[in-house]
Amino acid sequence: MNNFEKFGQMALAVALFVGVMGLILLLVGRTRRRADVWQSLAFVLPALLLLGVGLIYPGIRTTYQSLFDRTGDEFIGLDNFTEIFTNSDMLIVLRNTAVWVILAPIVATFIGLVYAVMVDRSRIESAAKSVIFLPMAISLVGASIIWRYVYEYRPDQQNIDQVGLLNQLLVWVGLEPRQFLVDSPLNTIFLIVILVWVQAGFAMTILSAAIKAIPSDITEAAQLDGLTGVRMFRYITVPSIRPALVVVLTTISIGTLKVFDIVRTMTGGQFDTSVVANEFYTQGFQLGDTGLASALAVLLFILVIPIVAYNIRQLRKADLR
Amino acid sequence: MTAAIPTPAFQEELAEVEPATLTGRTRKRLTSRWASLFALVIAVLWTIPTFGLLLTSFRPEKDIRTSGWWTWFSDPQLTLANYDEVLYGGTSLSTYFINSLVITIPSVIIPISIACLASYSFAWMKFPFRDTLFVAVFALQIVPLQVALIPLLRMFVNADLNGTFWPLWISHTIFALPLAIFLLHNFMREVPGELMEAARVDGAGHVTIFLRIMLPLVTPAIAAIAIFQFLWVWNDLLVAITMATGAQDIQPLTARLAELVGSRGSTWHLLSAGAFVSIVVPVIVFLFLQRYFVRGLLAGSVKG
Repeated sequence: MNNFEKFGQMALAVALFVGVMGLILLLVGRTRRRADVWQSLAFVLPALLLLGVGLIYPGIRTTYQSLFDRTGDEFIGLDNFTEIFTNSDMLIVLRNTAVWVILAPIVATFIGLVYAVMVDRSRIESAAKSVIFLPMAISLVGASIIWRYVYEYRPDQQNIDQVGLLNQLLVWVGLEPRQFLVDSPLNTIFLIVILVWVQAGFAMTILSAAIKAIPSDITEAAQLDGLTGVRMFRYITVPSIRPALVVVLTTISIGTLKVFDIVRTMTGGQFDTSVVANEFYTQGFQLGDTGLASALAVLLFILVIPIVAYNIRQLRKADLR
Repeated sequence: MTAAIPTPAFQEELAEVEPATLTGRTRKRLTSRWASLFALVIAVLWTIPTFGLLLTSFRPEKDIRTSGWWTWFSDPQLTLANYDEVLYGGTSLSTYFINSLVITIPSVIIPISIACLASYSFAWMKFPFRDTLFVAVFALQIVPLQVALIPLLRMFVNADLNGTFWPLWISHTIFALPLAIFLLHNFMREVPGELMEAARVDGAGHVTIFLRIMLPLVTPAIAAIAIFQFLWVWNDLLVAITMATGAQDIQPLTARLAELVGSRGSTWHLLSAGAFVSIVVPVIVFLFLQRYFVRGLLAGSVKG
């Protein structure tokens, strides 16, 4: 396919789509009031059909598949799940996922919160925010490549200069360079740094808006009581923006649970860095173990549920108050 | 790249929230010297990696292989050779750049149009099980993509669509719908009912109301969601490598770059320029439309 053909296909697809949509609207516009239900159906059905065929059915299918062996021929009950929770490699995957989900949201939210408070109402606020915010626009693949040039390792020999910034810093202060991405278990931490780098901007934006929405009578009253600095932050700012904090923490947690791009791009899951989402891809699309991959996908779904439930409960509580 | 980008309108919006009173002064005091230092350190830490990549991408091949970008300050040499090779040379990333565009544009237009229709009916039309269905769509937001990928891929293979752009367009459309419908519904719900009632009295049907009244009113929301979706699809790797495995004809930039990172050898020096090419588009979109993006972000998002 040359570029011309590609754009042609694209135009065709969009035109086809616009045609179908136009036809729906035209037909609905023609019918008179009495067929209200049919009008609604015409509006809502395209979305429901797509979701049913493309998300709900595959979801059920995957759950079913997770009870079968690697080729999907033989029913093996919960053996795939037993494997996930007993196989030593899989246990490392679970451990890494836990470390990711605990560390990344907390660190990113903390940095985002402190930064939001620090630059709040300063003269360079918007510029300062853009700096932290920008990594959010970059793909995780792009971010990984950026950090590749930070972590890159060259053996410590005469005439060989370090290419990675971090190792150069180590050499400058007189230490040995190290293989940040290879040495387990710390390599997982270095991968988490990349996600924190990306997500801190998200946390900062949401929390900054929340901080600005704190009613001024609260802060003024606190100030009359003599609250300043860190105590102001601890007793007024943080409690006032609690709902926003919960949203940020849970949103980043869910994103982290599904983190795939960073691990895939940086190590491919080697050197004990794999996580559930990456293992899903490796098993399902590289090793062809459909059963195990399906079980991992189901596990991912199950892990999301308590986070969402926590989110909803906390926000309900905040609403009631 | 990480230059100062003031967003006047957004600043204004926020400034209106609360006048700079006593509170402002309190916060000033909190912004002590240590606090400023902390903020400065974070800002520098956040900028340096990107700056390093930018500088690397303009250095000659030999330099990239043998020294770090900071040596440039003692031996300043810049070249466009990497970009030249990346865009027009043998590893031609331009093909993948085009692919990314061809994948992304329909993957933004199609789901948002479908979501507009659906959220209008959820917000302003009456039909059986409406609220139950809406809650179901809302709940689908939390389903991880991974759960759907394997059966979805099998369906595309059975339909003989693999190797074309269709699996990518359709998958991105499906995965975008729950969040888009939920957000658009919230915005459409806020439009005053009297407007619709008045139009109805004048004899307008749902289609007219939808096209003439609703769409113009929610355009800012549509813009915000479109930017989200654009960034999401452009930056996506998972859907790309499952639905377009190894096919040069349809693979987007992210998938190609992820492959290049793995293959250390001959392309290492091209990685920086390649990454930059892929970063440039979302960053431009992002910087110009930051206002909408922030608004969308604040409207709440749990995507995936």
